Parts: sequence; structure tokens; C-alpha cells
Amino acid sequence: MLKIQNLSAAYNGHRVLHDVSFDVKNGEVLALIGPNGAGKSTIIRAASGVIPSTGHIRTNGDDFQSLTPLQRACYLAVVPQAISLPPAFTVWETVLMGRTPYLGFLGQASAHDEELARQALSRVNALAFSDRRVGELSGGERQRVLLARALCQSTPILLLDEPTAHLDLQYQVNLLELIRDLARRENLAVLIALHDLNLASHYADRVALLVGGHLKAVGTPHEVLTSELISEAYCLPVQVIEHPFMNVPLVLPDTK
Amino acid sequence: MHIPMKSKPFLSSSIFLLAALILSLAIGSVFISPKELWNIVRGAGNETFGFIIWQIRLPRTVLIALTGAALSGSGAAYQGLFRNPLADPYLIGVASGAGLGAVIAMSIKWPYSFWGLMAIPMAAFIAALLTVFFVYFLARVGQTIPTTNLILAGVAFSSFATSLTSFLMLRSTSEVRRALGWLLGGASQAGWTAILAILPYLVIGLGILLISGHALNLMQFGDDQAQQLGLNVTRVKTILLIAASLATAAAVAFSGIIGFIGLIVPHLIRLWAGPDYRRLIPLSVLGGASALLLSDILARIVLAPQEIPVGIVTALAGAPFFLWVLRRSKNQGFW
Repeated sequence: MLKIQNLSAAYNGHRVLHDVSFDVKNGEVLALIGPNGAGKSTIIRAASGVIPSTGHIRTNGDDFQSLTPLQRACYLAVVPQAISLPPAFTVWETVLMGRTPYLGFLGQASAHDEELARQALSRVNALAFSDRRVGELSGGERQRVLLARALCQSTPILLLDEPTAHLDLQYQVNLLELIRDLARRENLAVLIALHDLNLASHYADRVALLVGGHLKAVGTPHEVLTSELISEAYCLPVQVIEHPFMNVPLVLPDTK
Repeated sequence: MHIPMKSKPFLSSSIFLLAALILSLAIGSVFISPKELWNIVRGAGNETFGFIIWQIRLPRTVLIALTGAALSGSGAAYQGLFRNPLADPYLIGVASGAGLGAVIAMSIKWPYSFWGLMAIPMAAFIAALLTVFFVYFLARVGQTIPTTNLILAGVAFSSFATSLTSFLMLRSTSEVRRALGWLLGGASQAGWTAILAILPYLVIGLGILLISGHALNLMQFGDDQAQQLGLNVTRVKTILLIAASLATAAAVAFSGIIGFIGLIVPHLIRLWAGPDYRRLIPLSVLGGASALLLSDILARIVLAPQEIPVGIVTALAGAPFFLWVLRRSKNQGFW
């Protein structure tokens, strides 16, 4: 359970997030959507503590704002965009770094840590290339490695920042299916920033729409992905139709 | 790059260091064979040779080995901290800053006394620390430090510090001019007291770096990811900058400004033993000691009986070698 209450953040004195509040329940995937610069990544960075913020980020009773990075990393794992990763580490070394919150300062991994890394790699179907260097991998493989690292961190909350951004369609679908499946099976609270509205509609249980740092709407895909809300948020007329054989809305730009 | 004995890097680097130590003790104006060395260690052997070994060659060898270890260890740490393969105590200006600090200390009080001698590494450390923070903030763009910015800031500060150092030496008394010999990287007159004076800085500085391999590994993913994985990035970065500057200052205080060791040794170790800083730091420490010992031996024999400053050897061998490594690593895409 992730509870975000009145979260605000600023870059260089410029406010980029205004009093945002929403919850992510266990076993649920909540997609953050909104145009570029709406504050999707900022929420993830603020919640994970890498930028200062005001307001509360809670799980059960604990407020993350008062936790050290180490304590926070036991509750919350982040899957960043796989744009630049140190290329020379192997997949195995990279995934094992997910165990950091539970290791000593020297980073000596136990057999138990290695077992968890193996499990995480096998869950994202990456065990076969665990000896390869990260720099030799494709974008899709790299994103799976980062997901495995986050799973290895064994946290109840998972935050993902546009994990499908640079992937081909088949990898986008594979990755999001995997994430939804993990949320269900492991009862994780998953918050995922997505820019593709139809992927959000397809894979998220609920959707939160951000515009200019304000939370405009949060609810099921049917409640949020309406032509009124989306047209206004993206300053573009859109049509929302029902998917022909799935019970989800489909957003189409209304260009005549 | 294929280098044999890859499977046991610690064993092979230790053997290599041992060989370099023995060579450094054996070679000089008089050759003292390893067999004779063994006799001297046991307390037997020729008395004159014994004096040469205990009072001249051993302190020099130990100081050179410690200097090489410190430069290479701190070089590896700077590279990890700045996520930049060209970060070297010399190229980023820290060594020149430390040198300036040392010369200021010398021009205030020439180290006749023990405490006068102790003040030199302290001044070098303070100046090194100021330099590293200055260059860091000058070169930083947002959260990253572009290579060109880092090197430009380092070179600019370095020429400033070097000029100021020369100015101080020219305007001061003849005694301080003796500092020139030191600052060109000659360790010959230093003796055991100098080793004692730098040892605390070296032990603390390198000690911290040696246990920080995992933290440096995490930092390769950038500040955000390192923190999301549980590392207190700001605190660890500050501690590591201080530790690396302690080691650099210890190296510069009595051995002067010696370039390229801190760049080439970690670079080669990385190609050889991989990117894991838990191995990279200790192997760079061992390798740096060996590399500087070999350079010092060359410095002693090239123009024998005259000695050339060891900094000239490391630069002459180091700069072209580095260009070669740079080309290779660029093609490979790893550093």
C-alpha cells in the first residue's frame, strides 16, 4: 500500500508538483499519465527521495520523508529508464546490487541473496543471459534486467518510470504483462509512469491523470480516459471508443 | 586485451609488487644482489651495504611504493566518483593544488623540525580538498560532470596552482628552492621521517577507499539509482572525496607531482579484472605501487649516475600509453 498525500515538489524554486494525493493498493497497478512535463517522473523521484518534497509518502504507518535512503530502499524499489547504464557490469552483478539495502557496507552477498537474484532473473526470463555485460544487451533486455534488480530488492512497492519508452511493441506488451502479473501474484503496489494512453488503459487497474503538476483525475480507465478529460489535458481533440473485444477504452486522436 | 593469469589477479599483482620491491632495493649506484639483500635482512652481510639499504634505499623504496599506491588508489576512486575515465589526481588539478599547499607550508617554515615536516602533508591535504571541491563545482552541469569540463577545469586550476607554486619558490629564500627538487617528483632526501609524516593520511585515506568498493559500484548507476538502491549518496560522496584527497595529499607531500599513474594503472586494471570496484581499488593500490617503483628504477638508471625526476618518466611513458588505451577503450565501448 502506497499512500501519497499532498505531495509537492520544486526544481530551482519552480514548483512542478502541487498537492498531489492518491493511493496505490496492494496487488494493484496504477498508471500515471499526462503530457510531457506533467510531473510523472517527478512523483517517482520525489517518492523515492532523490528530490526534496513536502507532504507525506506513507506505507501502513511509516512516513518515508523521515526515513534514511537505506530504510526507504527496503520499502520501495524503482525501475528507471534504461537509457544509460554502466556497460561493463554483467547482468548478474547488476541484479545483485538490488540486494544493497540488506547487505553490509562491503556489499558481500550471501547464498540467500544470490538465490533471490536468481529467482528475480528467472521471473523476468533473463537467466539465460546473466553472464553477459549490460552494454551488450538490447533495450528490452536491459529493461528486464532493471526490473529484476528491483524485484531482487524485495519491496512491497514498485515504482516504474516509463519502462516501455524505448521498446518495440512486442517488448512493451511482454513487460507490462509481466508487471501486471507480478503485482497480482506478489501482492505488490505498482505505480507506473506511462505515456502511451492505450497501454495504460490496457494494463492498469486505475489511472491517474496529471497536468502541469496537478492531479486532474484518478479512477478506472473508463472514468479517466474520457474524451473530455484527455482532450483538455493534451490540448488535442480525441475520440474515445470501446475496444472491440476487450472491456477497455481506446483513445484515438481526432484528426480530420 | 589479453593478459595471462587473469584468474588470480591478487596473487599475480602481489608477486609483481614483490619483484618490483626487490629490484628497487637491488638497483642503484652499487648493485646489491638479492642474495646479499637476504643477508642484510638477516642482520649478516656487508655493513656498508646494510647502511645503504636501511637508510637510503629502503625508505626511498617504501615512499615510492606508498606514493604509487596512493595515486593509483585515489585515481581509481576519483574515476568512480566522477564516473569519468579521465579523472586522475594530476589531470583534475588535485595534485597541483596539494603541491601548492605543500610549498606554502615549506615557505612559511622550512621543515628542520619533526613538526615542521608534519605540517607539509596537512597543508597539502587542505589544499587538495579545496581544489577538488572547486573543480567539482566548476565542472558540474546539473547532475553530471562532462569529461571536457572536468579536464578543462582541472587543467586551468592546475596551471594557476603551478604558477603560484613557482612564484612562491622564486621569491623565497634559497632553502625553499630545494622544494623544487621535491615537487618534480624526487623522493631521494626524504628518509623515514617523511614516511612517518604521511602514514596517517595514507592509512585513513586508502583504508576508506579500500572498503568503499560496493558504494562506488552503486555510484556507477548515477546518483538517483544509487540512492534508490539505499545508498546515502551525498554523505558517501563527501567521505570518498575526502579520503581520495587525503591519499593524494600524502602522495604529493614528499614525492611531488607525479602524473598519469593514477590514470593508467586503474585503467589497465579495469581492462584486466573488470569494473567491480571491490577488486579495482585494491588491485590499483598494488599495481600503482609496482608501476611507480618500476618508473623510479628507470629514473635512476637512464642517465646514471645522474637521476631524473620520476614524474618525467611517468609522463613520458604514461601519456602515449594512455592515448593508446583511450583508443582501445573507445572502440570497445567500455572503460
